[in-house]
Amino acid sequence: MKYVMTMNKAFIVCIVFLSCASLLQAQDMTALVNKVKAKIDLVNDYTADGNLKTDIAFIKAPLSKMKVYFKKPDKFRLKKDGGISVLPKGGVSVNMNSMVLVNNFVALAAGEAVVDGVNTKVVKLLPLNENSEVVLSTLYIDETNLLVKKSVTTTRESGTYEITLSYGKYAGYALPDKVIFSFNTKDYKLPKGLTLEFDEGEKPTELEKLKNKKGKVEITYSSYSINKGVDDSVFK
Amino acid sequence: MWKLLQIELYKIFRRPRTFIAFGTIAALIIMVQVGLKVDGKSYVEFMISTLGGSLDVDGNIMNGYLVCYVILQMLLVNVPLLVTLIAADMISGEANMGTLRLLLTKPYSRTQLMLAKFTAATVYTLMLLVWLAFFALLVSMLVFGTDDLFLFKSSYIVLIKENDVFWRYCGAFCFAAISMTTVAALGFLLSVFAENSIGPIVATMSIIVFLTILSTMNIPLYSAIKPYLFVTHMNNWKEFFDQKVTAANEAIPGSIQNLPKILHSAGVLLVHIVLFVGTAIFVFRKKDVLS
Repeated sequence: MKYVMTMNKAFIVCIVFLSCASLLQAQDMTALVNKVKAKIDLVNDYTADGNLKTDIAFIKAPLSKMKVYFKKPDKFRLKKDGGISVLPKGGVSVNMNSMVLVNNFVALAAGEAVVDGVNTKVVKLLPLNENSEVVLSTLYIDETNLLVKKSVTTTRESGTYEITLSYGKYAGYALPDKVIFSFNTKDYKLPKGLTLEFDEGEKPTELEKLKNKKGKVEITYSSYSINKGVDDSVFK
Repeated sequence: MWKLLQIELYKIFRRPRTFIAFGTIAALIIMVQVGLKVDGKSYVEFMISTLGGSLDVDGNIMNGYLVCYVILQMLLVNVPLLVTLIAADMISGEANMGTLRLLLTKPYSRTQLMLAKFTAATVYTLMLLVWLAFFALLVSMLVFGTDDLFLFKSSYIVLIKENDVFWRYCGAFCFAAISMTTVAALGFLLSVFAENSIGPIVATMSIIVFLTILSTMNIPLYSAIKPYLFVTHMNNWKEFFDQKVTAANEAIPGSIQNLPKILHSAGVLLVHIVLFVGTAIFVFRKKDVLS
């Protein structure tokens, strides 16, 4: 009996110890996330030029030039250089700041991973606000350079999307040279009576290719203009 | 020959019925344009809803280029009927009025006369298409503006850059000209066999309607004969609005997905034109003209 009680005590001590340890770990991750935020905070606004590539199985779209505008805290606009743009719903508006600047969150350590040959800390961000659009966000942070290398975000309305970031000469401002948004798409099919296409149509193999449900939008930035001021009218 | 062509053109454009086709095309196009101008937004919203709600499309989708495509899709199926009104009347109309014998007393061979008449019918067909292009493309561009062409096909979407669209329409209208000339040639051939206009007009329309329905039926039994039907090839103007993509799924501006298909279809239609007109001339040369 005495042995059992001793075991129970030991078990409770273990639980308390582990809880404290995980809390400390969570605090550590919050500190890391805050450091990343501090680096991102250096940028008040920016304008960037670049190329937009839409890679969705059922859309044949050419490469096009685009311009991105950002202003603190969360104003973001992607404008194609004229023409029509196809972007994942909600996904592309998730810029660096909105990925990290969640004010009320719990940051939990979720191990380590290698992204593009760089060791990263995996951090799970859980918003405390129950009505938050973001349900869960996983950040892969390059601790040495304080850069987010990858993020996987699950939202209420827009599903889950993955953002992979590559850095170059603007790494000092935590601004990427290349961003790849990966997201899930649904099947696309219109009745032939509606499109008035009555020919044989695509071969089964071609149709299978079109059913790839992963979509990608690739933005390659060629230049940034940082902290030079951006007019609010751009975002309207 | 030039004089003969001038006379034939005069005869065509002197008749009020010739202008019914021009009036009908203008009225139909204006009706579609007004509808899309007033309610185009809901049309676009409906089409975008087919993307499954996972994508945002930003830009002027309902622009002049898309409006023109919508109009051509609807009208190019019906224009053959308007072409028939004139083409199928070319010989039978003369026979009906009793002027055919008189016409043959002129110092021109029967072949020359037939070629002049067919050329006149072709000129009428081309003018109808130019009229269609003016209203469907140029007026739409003026009213709706221009932008990239965002085209909803049955199993995929094509996004063509604004500066890559106009030449495709030029190509599509040239292809449509060959298609409509084929219809004119068929009507012209049938007009040789009749003494009044109604017969060949109705016969041409019936053949086109019958073959169009046959070519749109996806029944294996009929699939084997489809490639030999000229109506199967008439709709391939749409091929101008499809692009090739790279291995990375990046559309190549200025490319056509299936150029051989367009060339093959144009070839098949041209063969039909030669066959129909050649047969018409052959029959007419042997014909005992009594009226």
